[in-house]
Formats: sequence, C-alpha cells, structure tokens
Amino acid sequence: MSTTILRTEQLKAFYVLDVFGTQKVVKAVNEVDLEIMENEVYGIAGESGCGKTTLLKALYAAIEPPLRLIGGKVYYRVNDEEIDVSSLSAEGRRRLRWEYVSYVPQGSMSVLNPVIKLKETYRDFLDSHVSGKTKDEVFEIAKEHITELGLPLKILDAYPHQLSGGMRQRVTIALAALLKPRIIIADEPTTALDVVVQRGVVQLLKDIQERLKNTIILVTHDMGVQANVADRVGIMYAGKMVEEATTADIFENPLHPYTRYLINSLPRFGDKTTRESVPGSPPSLIDLPSGCPFHPRCPYALDICTKQMPSSIDLDTNHKVACWLVGEGEDGKAS
Amino acid sequence: MSVLRDLFKDYRFALSFCVLCMLLALALLTIFSPHDPTFWGVVPRDLKPSRDNLLGTNSKGQDVFWQATFAVRNSLIISVIAGTVSRVVAVLVGMVAGYKGRGTDRALMFISDSLLVIPLFLIIVMLAMLVRDMMNLVTLGLLLAFFGWAWDARVIRSLILSLREREFTQTAVLSGTGTLQLVLKEYMPFATPLVFSTLINNMAWAIGMEMTLAILGLVNMDIPTLGTMLQWAISYQAILLGYWWWILTPIILAILLFVALYWLSVSISEYLDPRTRIQRVGAQ
Amino acid sequence: MMFMKRYLIPRLIQYFLVIFLGITAVFFIPRFTPSDPVQRTIAQLTSMGSYLDPASMEDFIEDLTEMYGLKGSMLQQYGAFWQRLFRGDFGVSFFQFPTPVIELIGTSLPWTLGLLLTTTFLSWTLGNIIGGLAGHFSRRRWSRALDTLAMVVRPIPYYIFAFGLLLLLAYVVRWFPVAGGTDIGRKVAFNWPFIKDVLRHSFLPALSLVILGGAINFQTMKLIVQNVNAEDFVQYAKLGGVKEGRIVSRYVIRNALLPQITGLALSFGQIFSGALITEIVFSYPGLGTLLYNAIVTGDYNLIMGITLLSIVAITTAILVIDLLYPLFDPRVRYT
Repeated sequence: MSTTILRTEQLKAFYVLDVFGTQKVVKAVNEVDLEIMENEVYGIAGESGCGKTTLLKALYAAIEPPLRLIGGKVYYRVNDEEIDVSSLSAEGRRRLRWEYVSYVPQGSMSVLNPVIKLKETYRDFLDSHVSGKTKDEVFEIAKEHITELGLPLKILDAYPHQLSGGMRQRVTIALAALLKPRIIIADEPTTALDVVVQRGVVQLLKDIQERLKNTIILVTHDMGVQANVADRVGIMYAGKMVEEATTADIFENPLHPYTRYLINSLPRFGDKTTRESVPGSPPSLIDLPSGCPFHPRCPYALDICTKQMPSSIDLDTNHKVACWLVGEGEDGKAS
Repeated sequence: MSVLRDLFKDYRFALSFCVLCMLLALALLTIFSPHDPTFWGVVPRDLKPSRDNLLGTNSKGQDVFWQATFAVRNSLIISVIAGTVSRVVAVLVGMVAGYKGRGTDRALMFISDSLLVIPLFLIIVMLAMLVRDMMNLVTLGLLLAFFGWAWDARVIRSLILSLREREFTQTAVLSGTGTLQLVLKEYMPFATPLVFSTLINNMAWAIGMEMTLAILGLVNMDIPTLGTMLQWAISYQAILLGYWWWILTPIILAILLFVALYWLSVSISEYLDPRTRIQRVGAQ
Repeated sequence: MMFMKRYLIPRLIQYFLVIFLGITAVFFIPRFTPSDPVQRTIAQLTSMGSYLDPASMEDFIEDLTEMYGLKGSMLQQYGAFWQRLFRGDFGVSFFQFPTPVIELIGTSLPWTLGLLLTTTFLSWTLGNIIGGLAGHFSRRRWSRALDTLAMVVRPIPYYIFAFGLLLLLAYVVRWFPVAGGTDIGRKVAFNWPFIKDVLRHSFLPALSLVILGGAINFQTMKLIVQNVNAEDFVQYAKLGGVKEGRIVSRYVIRNALLPQITGLALSFGQIFSGALITEIVFSYPGLGTLLYNAIVTGDYNLIMGITLLSIVAITTAILVIDLLYPLFDPRVRYT
C-alpha cells in the first residue's frame, strides 16, 4: 500500500475582488477533496478557467490576496507526520518550499531573472535552502544536476533571453528537481511549445520521476500528455473535481458526461467521424449555476441536477465520480 | 455618467476638479471687473486686504484681487492655446509616424527625440528674445506649443503602431477606407483619452514656463498673468516691504493650479490604464 | 562585435547629428533678430561719452562686424562660425565687452557643475532608495503618505519652488543667506571658512533641486518597483523560497534600476534647465545667473555660447549614460 503524501479536505479558495465598490467573489476552488500518493504522477485536467491553477496554488500553500483560503485543509506528509500546511509560519512554509515540494509555474518562459546568468539563479535557489556551501561548491552541484538530466552544460552560463522557450522550460523543470523534492507541481508545462519540444519536456518529467521516485502533480488540458505521463487523472470542472480514476480507466470508461466529451473530442486512428466538443462555454466562476455546475451544458441533465450538487461516489475500482447519473455500486449510464 | 462617478471616487480627481472649478470661476469673474487691468493707479497703493480690496492693493495702484482674476484667466488662455495647438501637432506627427512607418517614422521620431533631449529652456529663451516686441497671449501660447508636442507624439505613435496590427484596420483598408479617414475616424476614439490627459500636463507646463519667462522679462509685462504679477511684485521689492498679499497671491494661485492640473491628469490616466485600475482593486 | 555595429555606431551618428542640428539652429536664430548688435554696441559706447572720428569709426564697425561673426553672406558667416567653434572661440561678450564669452563661461561653469552633479547624484540615489522601499512596502501608511507628498511637490515648477524656499527659509526665517555663492568679498581658497561659506550659500538651491528631482524619482521608482514585484520572475523566486533579502537586491532592485538609468538620461535636459532656473532665483554665481545677465543686456554672443555649451554637454552626458547601459542590462549586450 502506497502512502498518501498530500491530502486536501473540502478545500475552498476564492478570489475576493473589489471592483469600484462592489464585491465580486470568484469561486475558483470549491470543496475539493484530494488524496495523492507517493511515487505517482497525478494529472489534473480541465478547461481553461476551471480553477486548476488556483488549486495548485492552494496545494503549494501560495495563497495571497486577493486569493483567500475560505475553508478546508491541506495536509502534507513530512517524515511520516501529517502537517496541516495552513498552521505553518511563513518561514516554515519557506523552508518546505523546494526541499519538500517545488513548483513549475505556467508560462515558464518569463520566470527567470533576466539580468543574471542561469547558474546564478540556481545559486539563489540553492543558497536559500542549503547553507554552508561555497559559491564554487554550489555551481558544482548545479552542473552535476544539469548533466544528470541530460541538458547541455553551457546553458548555465547563459542569460535567459539567449535560450529558446523550450529550453527555458526544461531548465525551469530541472530547477524544480534540484533539491530532490518529494512533490513537484507542474502547471501546464507543455503549453505554448511545439510538439517536438513537448516530447522533450514530457521525457524530462518522466526521467525525474523515475530517478527520484517522487510525486508529480501535473496540470494540463492536453489529454494526450495526460495519457503519456499520468498514472491517475482527476478531472476538474468549475472549481470542483468531478471525476478521478487511473489513466486507463478515464480513457476507456469515462463516467461523467464532461469527461466523456473530453475523451471523445480526441482524435483516434481509423475513426473518421466528426469530433464533438463540449457545447456551450464554461460557466463564470462568479456566477455559478445552481446545483451541478455542468447541468446547463449536459445533454443528460436530470431535474435534480439543477437543484443539488452531487457528492463524490467511490466506486470499487478506485474510480470516483460526482454525478447524479451514477448511483452507488453501479457504473451504468442513464438512458 | 458612470465614468464621472467612478472618477469622483478617486479623492485626487474630486479635489482637483473642485479647485479647478473655483479657479475657472475666478477667471470668469473678470467680466465683472470694475477696473481695466492694464491701468495703473486706479486705487490707492499698498493697502492691506480689507473689505474694499479683498486682497489688498499693489504698488502700481491696482487691486490685487481683480489683477488675480485676470492673471488666472490669461495664464489659462496661454496654456489652453499652447496645449491644444501642441496636441494637434502631436496627434498629426504621431499618427503619420505610426502609420507610415519606416523612413518618415524615423525622421519624425528623430526630430521629436532631439526636442526632448536638448535643453528646451534655452532655446525657448532665445526665441522669446526674438519675438519680444510682438509678445502677447497668443504668440506666447504658440511659442510654447512649438516645443510641447514631442513627448505626446511618441505616445500616440506607439498607440497607432499597436492599432495598425489590429483586425479592424485590415477590414477598413480592404473595404477601401482612405488613410486619412481611417486615421481620423477609427483611431481617434482610442487616442482621445490619452490626448486629454497629456493635454492637462502640457497646460501645467505651459503655465510654469510662462512664469519662468516672466522673471527673465521675456513676456509682455503689461498683460497681467500669474508670471507678470509675481515679477512686478519682486521688482517692486514687495518682499522686503512686507506686502505679503501681493507676493503670495500669484504664488498660491499658481501652486493650486499646478497641483490641481497634475492630480487631474494623474487620476484620469490611472483610470484609463487597465493595469492601474486593477491595482486599485484587490487586496483587503 | 555585433554590439558595435548595431548599437554603438547608430548611436554615435545620432549624437553628432543632434549636436550639428542644435548648433545650426543656434546659429540661425539670432540672425533673424531685428536689432543690429554692432549698432547697439556703438550706441552703448557713445552714450558713455566716447567719441571716434568717422574714419576710425568705420574701422571700428568693421572690426566689430567681424568679431560678432556678421561679416559676409549668411553662408560665409556659417562657415566662419564653425571654424571659430573648432578653435574654441565663442566670440566676445557684448555686455562685458571685450571679455571673451568662453572666459565668462569658464568662471561660472564650476559653480554650476558642482551644484548640478551633487544634486543629480543625491536626488537620483535618494529618490530611488526611498521610492524602492515605498514600492516594496506599498501598502504601509508611510508609503502612501510619501506618495501624497510627492504628488503635491512634483508639479511645482523649479522657479516657484525655489522662490518659495527662498521666501520661507531666507526671509521668513533667516536661516540661510539670500543670494550669491559666497559672502561678498570672500576670496576663493581651499580652506574651511571658504568651504563652509559655499555650503551655506548652496544649501538652499541644492535643497530645492534635490527635493524636486527626488520627488519625481521617488514616484517613478515606486511605480517601477511595484511593477517589478508583480513580474513573473519575482513571483517565481518567492515561490521558490528564495530569501527575501536576495529577492529584493538581485531580482527587484537590479531590474528596477534599468528603466531608471534610461530615465535619468531622458530627464537630464530638464534637470539642467531646472538647475539654471534655480540659480537665477538664488543669484547663485553659475551659468544661470550669467544667462540672466545676458538676457537682460541682450548679449547674444553670451546666450549663444551658453546654449551651445549646454547642448554639447547634455547630449554628451546622455551618450555616456546610454553607452554605460549595456553594462547593466545583458539583454542589450547579447542580442
């Protein structure tokens, strides 16, 4: 039995905005329960604007105004102990960062300080968590790390603008793995890259996970990447997790109507029928529909769907789904 | 309008708007002035402020209050002329440079940058000496306008550059809209708010410049403006003689005018810039 | 040497072009004046009681015409003008006839340089430091109070501000001397009483320039720092748990200073003009007061000399700053 390394309980994180006097609340993460294991790649998929990035920020304990933690908890398992992340001090959180859990942000193109060489950036990250090393020792560690992962050594002496977007992405990912963290959180690492470079990035992530045997939480709307890397996938919609299963199960047996649309929209060899995408557009997180947030776009919506939010049901095959169409113990579909 | 209402929520806009209204009212009072502002000796000299003379009288035998109304009016007139003419030039130069690009753009921007870099003050001084005899409100305004367009031209040019890439430009061009019409009708709505906020800044600069030229004696000293009022006070040794009402009136009015114009332009440009508008929103 | 070609050469061409155009403009402007400087000098001298017989008068007029560079056609004058410039001959002053302009400028220049250099340095560094701190702690009350203060000080033109200071601190409260660079009759010498005297006299003009310049620097730096703080790479460093001190110095300040350097170059013309105006208010014996006297007496040669010198000095200063910029910004260095 593998152990849980990160756990959330009814996590709620909203953005509270004040636009010229009126208050607007964006319900980006709305009662999310997650249990993520050691030594696995957990993918989170969903459309833009469903709250994925906010969820990651909450998991990383990087909640800053106007984002606010409204309710729920996030637990890390550090050295066989469960720690409630929100109970930590700012310094406590800072020390966990990078050593225990690291982050690869969305748009890694511009996350590197443009006026210092890459090796200096690596030094900054190392120095802030590891003490007692001289400058040369630190550079040695960085060099070793880079070459281990198969990246060319000379990039360390370069400035960010001298590298291509794909290379910068790989450098950022390597940086995230620098202190061998137990969890690496990656937000859309393959977006805005061409397919060839995407492969390089995905390969790098796989390599890192195999070496460190840690957990990678990977957010991407690209189901192809999920199929390639993830062990388990969670589908997010309008701030909620609507389905969760092993990658194989999600692709072969999607239960939630939204997941079904996602899977069916992917092209398949030999299948020449027109791909259908989800009708309508994602709901505004400020003005959510009542009951199940998907019901306005759901072709199978029942009356109860407009009134009550379905709770998550745990089916035996490690498959969770939150939909009124799926009853306890069954895995059939409504006609 | 909801725009005005939103603007008024910014204390800087609200305050400066009120101050400017007061000053405008002051300028409009000139219609009721019992004295001709260029005449000397219409009232007894050097009197302290009293009920008859709200701000006292000066050594030339003029009522300081009524002088002040004309001073504010004339300074505003100069600044409006300087500001509007230089806006027109800035818009023309910016639009042509932005739209035509390449050679024309480089040449125009070179001239504009040179104007920004050289010590304008000295050039203005030289030119002012040239037209010294013909100096009046209009010529001074035009002289100042000649130098005030450079910064704004660049701003407008970058706006045009970005608009040029937008889809609606392609649509307009393909449907046969002439260049002039395209620029005037389609781009103007984007440029107007920008132009407005820089207009206010430019007006403040013009008033300041006028006052500086006044101590150098390069303006027509018979026309009452904030600058000439101050200069007369200084040359009549008002400080040493303790005629504080004569010295302080133009200074305080000028400071009110500058700060109000500046706060107005800052609050408007912050309102227009979506980034700063969102910065005002948020953390609580 | 890509840098040479792409950056240096065009910049140098621009430099010489601006100087050339500026000098040409200065040449032409006084030549459109209605009054004839030769006649004016003659009138001045005869009104003081000198008398010359007609033959000597004609010689005298010819000498004067040549001295004022008015001999020959416009083109010949232009050529002679440039010839004399290269010899360092700015002509002879009208009002302090026959002292050459260059000598008058020479006596006043050190005063202006001293004032200008110290105040520019002080207002730039102080404004940046305080502005930087205010930008970092932008929510604190003192930061917002300083902001409001700057908003009141900044729009006031140099003349009014200097005059106001003069009124307040030299008349109302007699803490400082009213005019001049030193007490009357004191000889220039490098001893403490002289230096103390200079400091006392230059305090107010310097204060005026530092406060005004500092207010502008404060505002721009605060804005820049607030923007830089919101940049991706700063957010990322925070996510990475990089220590706060390092973030502030290497990530925020290093990047914030870049536009400030350019800003200094751009505003140098205004700073210079402001210094001259302030000198006039305090009758400080620098170029400003020299200019004032020149205007009052209609001494075109002197005005022209000062203007020419200023154009060359300012464009050169800007060129130097521009050429130093790549030292700070690697993006320009290695394009």
